[in-house]
Amino acid sequence: MSENIKKFMYLNRRAPYGTIYAWESLEVVLIGAAFDQDVSLAFIDDGVYQLVKGQDTAGVEMKNFSPTYQALGDYDVTKLYVEKESLEERGLSVDDLMPLTYEDEDDDWAEKDSIRLVSRAELAGIMEEQDILFSF
Amino acid sequence: MSTLHTVNKSPFEKRSLDSCLGYALEGSSVLLYEDAVYGAIKGTSLADKMSSAAGVKFFVLGPDLKARGVSEDKLLDGIEIVDYAGFVKLAADNDRVQAWV
Repeated sequence: MSENIKKFMYLNRRAPYGTIYAWESLEVVLIGAAFDQDVSLAFIDDGVYQLVKGQDTAGVEMKNFSPTYQALGDYDVTKLYVEKESLEERGLSVDDLMPLTYEDEDDDWAEKDSIRLVSRAELAGIMEEQDILFSF
Repeated sequence: MSTLHTVNKSPFEKRSLDSCLGYALEGSSVLLYEDAVYGAIKGTSLADKMSSAAGVKFFVLGPDLKARGVSEDKLLDGIEIVDYAGFVKLAADNDRVQAWV
């Protein structure tokens, strides 16, 4: 571990498709993944909608970028914090979200969940540990 | 005389749907599309408000539901799904359109 590694968090607060924020965030995350930093993503407010499974955009003629979240593990982006309160306010549970996993190289490549369900208070604490916060 | 109200912003981010519900009189129609379709889901913090809108008929745009992974069984009771042609028909069948953009 180099001393130059910083903790980067991407904070996602918008629904997909209605605005470009969600897609832009994903693009920046994938670009940033090349720089070997300690990256995590947080999904709060309408951002939790980005991870809802079963998205089918054929009828609105837009690109369905939701499968891209499944590729994040291959870029060592393995910490996706989802805030419980935001899910509950929207009538959602973790079962409504895409199953996202990664292979842990420090644990014989065991498959593990990338999604970490956290409370608002827990996430506030995790944000406090970050060096840099990106807002989308 | 009837009015079609349209809402396209997420009710969890903007107040457009709330404003609309304050103005939608008995006999009017409300069409939810784009990010406003999230307002049509049951079990949310605003479901009670939607259900208490008396004499208002709710519609939701099907392609926008599908894009967002919202299946039909997740919708509040009494909401009708329309396609783009149905959107046009609603606009034509009502006397006026109020867009809560």
